[in-house]
Amino acid sequence: MRRDIFQAIADPTRRAIITLIMLQAMTPNAIAEHFHSSRQAVSKHLRILTECELVKQQQQGREIYYSLEIEKMKEIDKWIDQFRKIWETRFNQLDKVLSTLKKQKK
Amino acid sequence: MNDLLFDFTLDKSKKTAFINREFDADLALVWDAFTKPEILDQWWAPKPWSSKTKVMNFEPGGRRFYAMVSPEGQERWSVQKYSSISPKTNFKFLNAFADENENPELPGSEWDLNFSEENGRTKVSVTIYNESLERMEKMIEMGFKEGFMMTLKSLESLLATLSKK
Repeated sequence: MRRDIFQAIADPTRRAIITLIMLQAMTPNAIAEHFHSSRQAVSKHLRILTECELVKQQQQGREIYYSLEIEKMKEIDKWIDQFRKIWETRFNQLDKVLSTLKKQKK
Repeated sequence: MNDLLFDFTLDKSKKTAFINREFDADLALVWDAFTKPEILDQWWAPKPWSSKTKVMNFEPGGRRFYAMVSPEGQERWSVQKYSSISPKTNFKFLNAFADENENPELPGSEWDLNFSEENGRTKVSVTIYNESLERMEKMIEMGFKEGFMMTLKSLESLLATLSKK
């Protein structure tokens, strides 16, 4: 099943997990301690985040640590930036139209 | 550049985009620029696209049926149905992509535009609520794919010229 990053961040728990592991890599148990939901539910969220390639796993001894894929987060930024640019362009065009109209009025 | 306010935020959990912008013009003029088709068509489409309004009745229950036209002449139609209008203060509409016969592609997005003037400047606040995030992505693609492709094309021809040397 194909997943994308927007699906990953559509869920509030997953956004909270992202914020948590942004600071440091954590084990599933340590992550689960921050939530009221079950360990199983947290595992499911981690699985989705992994499938979206937003987090990566690293084995350290017997523990698995989850950390954030910063590059992937940048994709979200880029996407939002495109949307922002449309409006920037559109409104810069409107500035020009308004200044022409103002001159015509005088 | 100027010091006019511009901010853009996207709240994915609320499926809403918030856009605030100040204009160096009085309220009456900015209101006209948003509500009169002949002015709207001059700035609505980010270049190199252009905007072509076919029908526009700016009144509650009325609509604007328009196309974004690509540099190659390809038309992407949309219909905006006005749900409420408070002159020079606010208007709301439901925006949906459509075919050339005005058949809408639902669900659309809900737009809410607020206007206020202070010290000769007019602030416009736009919120856009999208029931589906996919649609929001489509909205972006439509505005940008063409422009981006053009950039790639000119890069290609530039590379071709360079490699001939």
